[in-house]
Amino acid sequence: MSDDKLENNKNNEENAMNATTSTNTAQPPQEAADQPKSSGLGDVATASAERRVRTEQPIGSGLEARNVHAWFGKYHAISDISLDFPTGTVTALIGPSGCGKSTFLRTLNRMHEFIPGAAMAGEVLLHGKDIYAPGTDVTKIRLKIGMVFQKPNPFPSMTIGENVLAGIKLAQLKISDKKELMEECLERAGLWNEVKDRLDQPGGSLSGGQQQRLCIARSLAVRPEVLLMDEPCSALDPGSTLKIEETIGELSKTMTVIIVTHNMQQAARVSDYTAFLLSDGGPGQLIEFAPTREIFTRPKDKRTENYVTGRFG
Amino acid sequence: MTVTPIKPWRATKRDIATQIAVLLASVVAAYFLIANTGFEGRLPLVIFFGIFSITALAIISGLRRGKEAAKDAVLAGAAYVGLFALLLPVVSILWTVISRGTAAIYGGFFTTDMSQDPFSSPLDAGGIKHALIGTLWLIVIALIISVPLGILTALYLTETKGPGSGLIRFLVQAMSGIPSIVAGLFIYSALISGTGRGFSGFMGALALSILMIPTVARTAEEVLKLVPPDLREAGLALGATQWKTVALVVLPAAKSGLVTAVILGVARIAGETAPLLFTTGGADATNLNPMDDNMGTIPFYIWKALIDGSPEAASRAWAGIFILMLAVLALFGTARYLSRARTVR
Repeated sequence: MSDDKLENNKNNEENAMNATTSTNTAQPPQEAADQPKSSGLGDVATASAERRVRTEQPIGSGLEARNVHAWFGKYHAISDISLDFPTGTVTALIGPSGCGKSTFLRTLNRMHEFIPGAAMAGEVLLHGKDIYAPGTDVTKIRLKIGMVFQKPNPFPSMTIGENVLAGIKLAQLKISDKKELMEECLERAGLWNEVKDRLDQPGGSLSGGQQQRLCIARSLAVRPEVLLMDEPCSALDPGSTLKIEETIGELSKTMTVIIVTHNMQQAARVSDYTAFLLSDGGPGQLIEFAPTREIFTRPKDKRTENYVTGRFG
Repeated sequence: MTVTPIKPWRATKRDIATQIAVLLASVVAAYFLIANTGFEGRLPLVIFFGIFSITALAIISGLRRGKEAAKDAVLAGAAYVGLFALLLPVVSILWTVISRGTAAIYGGFFTTDMSQDPFSSPLDAGGIKHALIGTLWLIVIALIISVPLGILTALYLTETKGPGSGLIRFLVQAMSGIPSIVAGLFIYSALISGTGRGFSGFMGALALSILMIPTVARTAEEVLKLVPPDLREAGLALGATQWKTVALVVLPAAKSGLVTAVILGVARIAGETAPLLFTTGGADATNLNPMDDNMGTIPFYIWKALIDGSPEAASRAWAGIFILMLAVLALFGTARYLSRARTVR
């Protein structure tokens, strides 16, 4: 494990350096000439795509959404969304507020059903099995498909260390070495160095960005195959955002990540694929789904182009 | 170069000196007014002092800093008047209870009961042992019954939100308005009268539970509603069952509030007398067994001492009130300490 860790750390540092430099790097002129439609985002996406090289075999299989609809009472929130999330990729869901991104994300690990009056249709397949099939153990599904929320929400009654292992306790999992798992998860979430000397302080004593990385570490402890992130950086400063983006890059080596974001720079930086959702007054629909580079350089749909170039939304 | 930290928002020495001077002058002025006019006693002194000092402070601040400052001074004065009016009865009650309640307390007060001595006997005989034991038994049994039921009711209303939540919430609210004597009558008619069972401490605790459950349930519900929904979602998203989320996330997050709910419940029942008259029956002898036979309690002891009429009995009643207040205070202190010890670390 220690060898692995060293390797991981090295990758982490390299990634960090890449990430910090890439935003400032000017792109070669001929490439810019090829893509008249693209904004700076296209460059970012291109640079990021080149940087992402798979080094490890991802665990689990991908997630597939088939004709997913969702309602709140009579209100039809999202309509007929089918998306594939291949194993070990990062998919960004973008679109204006109210287009159903978060709702769609919440249907993917069955958190949608906690809202009173919620209903859905369609299938969500994990390992080819519908997670909405009768008799499915919903808690097992949520163990495999973790979630990080918009607002950092560490458990206030627990210490930093207890927060990381909260999932183990809550889901009643057996593990052999708690300390090792704690360190590994905090390391992967990029928080270990900042908190290793104060693991017994309350989780609420951390700054907002640290709390969010603590929440990511908490989700990792139950070893999910898929991680859903609902605007994880919207409440954070640029420094913390950068750290979390590095973390996402690191995580995508071993798992599937689906991230909702309003920040198109972020979508361009972190994701392999991007899905654009839009509501034209009715339910939110999938307008375009393509590799991130395509979405930001040659979007097929006029509405996508308008959105990613900032002409509306 | 060193910089001394200052607090520019604080009142300056000159301001404080002015205020003290105004207050002293008001006292003197009020005193002379009363000495030279028909007013008499302490109440006019206080009223004139208030009028003089508020007016003077308002005029001074008005001259120095304008109309807004004058208004501010008047309202600040009104706030102090309110504080005084609020503290007056509290301090008065505490003072009366402490000064009168200690007369009957002597070395054997906690180790003897009233089975050998009448309430009118001299103050160096008899004691409150039987009543203290009875009250503690009743509170402990009522806690064991009411805390789980009350908190589970609150959890049903906030977490399960099952069918009938609305009806249950309404009934709990209605129940918290039940006159305490009705709770006692209910236990008497349902469980004692005509069943062959006699009075006992347990019956009294049942009657007290009827009063305590709604208080605990309502307060606990309010407290649980304050737990952010994010935390529940975070727990569930980690693959926990709802039960585990409630037990390991929601309840710990609401812990200090739940302790407050329990304290309010105990405060509701600790001084109840009426429902105990026909459930515990009351007694002057020590009874260690709450399941059988009459049991004395502190409120019953106070009540019995008061109707006796002799000066010694009145002293005993005050002592009983003093002990009851101390017992409740000790309980509150313990609960606060227990709920804080784990959150602060």
